[in-house]
Amino acid sequence: MSKLPPYASTGQITWYYSFRIICALIFFFLIAPIIIIIPLSFNAEDFFTFTRKMLSLDPEGYSLKHYQDFFGNADWTRPLTNSLIIAPIATLVSVSLGTLAAIGLSQSHVPFRRPIMAILISPMIVPLIISATGMFFFYAPLGNWMEANLGMSRDFVGYVKVILAHAVLGIPFVIITVTATLVGFDRSLTRAAANMGANPVTTFFRVQMPLILPGVISGALFAFITSFDEVVVVLFVGSATQKTLPWQMFIGLREQISPTILAAATVLVVFSIALLTTVELLRRRSERLRGMSPS
Amino acid sequence: MSDTTETGPMLAADGTPLKVSLNRALRRQKLRALALIAPLLLFVLITFVVPIGSMLFRSVENEIVRDTLPKTVAALKNWDPSLHELPGEPVYAALAADLKVAVEEKTHTKLGSRLNYENPGMSSLFRQIGRSVKKWDLATDAPFKEKFIEANKGWGDFSTWRTLKTYSPAYTNGYFLNAIDFEKGPDGIRQREGNQKIYVTLFIRTLWMALVIMGSCLLLGYPVAWLLANLPNKTANLLMILVLLPFWTSLLVRTSAWKVLLQQQGVINDVLIWLGFISDENRLVMINNQFGTIVAMTHILLPFMILPLYSVMKTIPPSYVRAAKSLGATDWTAFWRVYFPQSIPGIGAGAILVFILSIGFYITPELVGGTQGVFISNRIAYHISSSLNWGLAAALGTILLAAVMLLYWAYDKIVGIDNVKLG
Repeated sequence: MSKLPPYASTGQITWYYSFRIICALIFFFLIAPIIIIIPLSFNAEDFFTFTRKMLSLDPEGYSLKHYQDFFGNADWTRPLTNSLIIAPIATLVSVSLGTLAAIGLSQSHVPFRRPIMAILISPMIVPLIISATGMFFFYAPLGNWMEANLGMSRDFVGYVKVILAHAVLGIPFVIITVTATLVGFDRSLTRAAANMGANPVTTFFRVQMPLILPGVISGALFAFITSFDEVVVVLFVGSATQKTLPWQMFIGLREQISPTILAAATVLVVFSIALLTTVELLRRRSERLRGMSPS
Repeated sequence: MSDTTETGPMLAADGTPLKVSLNRALRRQKLRALALIAPLLLFVLITFVVPIGSMLFRSVENEIVRDTLPKTVAALKNWDPSLHELPGEPVYAALAADLKVAVEEKTHTKLGSRLNYENPGMSSLFRQIGRSVKKWDLATDAPFKEKFIEANKGWGDFSTWRTLKTYSPAYTNGYFLNAIDFEKGPDGIRQREGNQKIYVTLFIRTLWMALVIMGSCLLLGYPVAWLLANLPNKTANLLMILVLLPFWTSLLVRTSAWKVLLQQQGVINDVLIWLGFISDENRLVMINNQFGTIVAMTHILLPFMILPLYSVMKTIPPSYVRAAKSLGATDWTAFWRVYFPQSIPGIGAGAILVFILSIGFYITPELVGGTQGVFISNRIAYHISSSLNWGLAAALGTILLAAVMLLYWAYDKIVGIDNVKLG
């Protein structure tokens, strides 16, 4: 039914168009809530709805004051910085460990492959609130111990705890994307490299890594967004110094909702558009590469 | 010479038998693979699996009574609560001795709040007696029985002692019983009264709402996935962006969008008034109730339904439906008898995924759910951070985790964890 045949009956024509209208409405449902907050964030008043001035497209109805607040007020800049510190480091940890493990898992004779896989995927499956409470009871004494015995400052320990907790949450995504890329990886290439005298490390960085890089990067983006968007675990494991952007938004939504949250949301939407574009480009590249490699 | 080589074992280049050499190479390969996995596996085991296990263990652990009041627990061993008599002086004396130590270490209030979950009033009982015990002298002030009852009548109450006796073993099923609305009454385990059955109600509500969310995701996701799978690639890729953008957008952004839209002073109410469907006085209440949670979570989880459906539908050859139609099937029969059965694996994958994700949801129900639209997760969070009844939280968490694991197992059987596709 992708194209309406010329002999279609009236009923078929009606259904064809009404089906498309239904789909259009569902797409509207998916995208409208995200799009609508963008104009609302330019509201000159502290309202969460379109004012009369905005509807008549009066320039006075619009302002950048919520953005000024977002980028100028320490209540928001501090969490933004925290998020930008925690997420990349957590990503780095989960990508480096995750890629190694994925390569190990995709070898042909791995004992206990299924249980190992189940354990590594579990952070994605276990409800976040359970992970968060488990980590809370683990990291609280660990943090105290590190402060007392290793002479680390309280803030530093707080960051370490949150970063490690977020790294665990990102691991399943790295494992899944990298193992998926390795399925299409031509193993004779590493053998050829070894045959020509390359040691395993050289083979990995010069032959295998460039080929699986798209999978690694998209895993990294998933891990990044998991950490960047995470609030439950950081609420339990972190302290006020490690307050992240989602945490600040969560508190804003729960206690007193300030319109600055719309500016924050718009910034995040733009950010996710950038991420989405990157992932799409990578996926196409990886598909092209796979199409070219002999399999 | 040729005879010996033909009858002897086949040799590798270095002279060892080929079988041995091959085995050795295989073992080395296995070890190398395990060595690559080991750092991550240890990391996940130590910082994730074991902490969760030990947290869940709190649901049966009950060492606090035995640790705080060791002598009392020993003395209570010979006391039979079925006789409905107060314990004798030795037990009171043991309690006085235990409390003397506990008050110094300030552990008696902790014990009081622990026992308060089982028998309301125990917390103040322990706090008060702590002050009295400080002034007593163990050697000269005996007998203690009257002194205890004088300090607070609660110590002459039979139920106080029964609670102490019931919770003196190191392990208890009390938290689990609480979590399914049972309690340990005077004559064994019994179900709570109708209006106290909060947890069973909450579990049923969580399951029911997760089912509704799953159903609405399927209802909205199926047509879209079908359209995407049947459009020419170029158009489908463009429309796919509309599915992937919400997928990549922060959960809190989407929740705040719904909070803003659904408010009584929000955009949806304004539009409805402008269209004349409702009057300004009768603005709809769409947030802080179940409706708000269901709408917001359907929106949040819809991509998780569409993506697996799409990837299955993409593999269904269009020629099957055409063949059915050429054999005289109507559009509906061709869809229902030929296309739909082939899309069932996608429905299974999407439905279980959405269900798993929704029964453990915390953030969105917390923000838009009010009191009627919250899930079991919110109750767990409440017990962890506000009421500090960690044992009960662990018991509720164990039940939730067991449900999720069961579904995960089903998902693994149907789809296979290796086949999870992202993006």
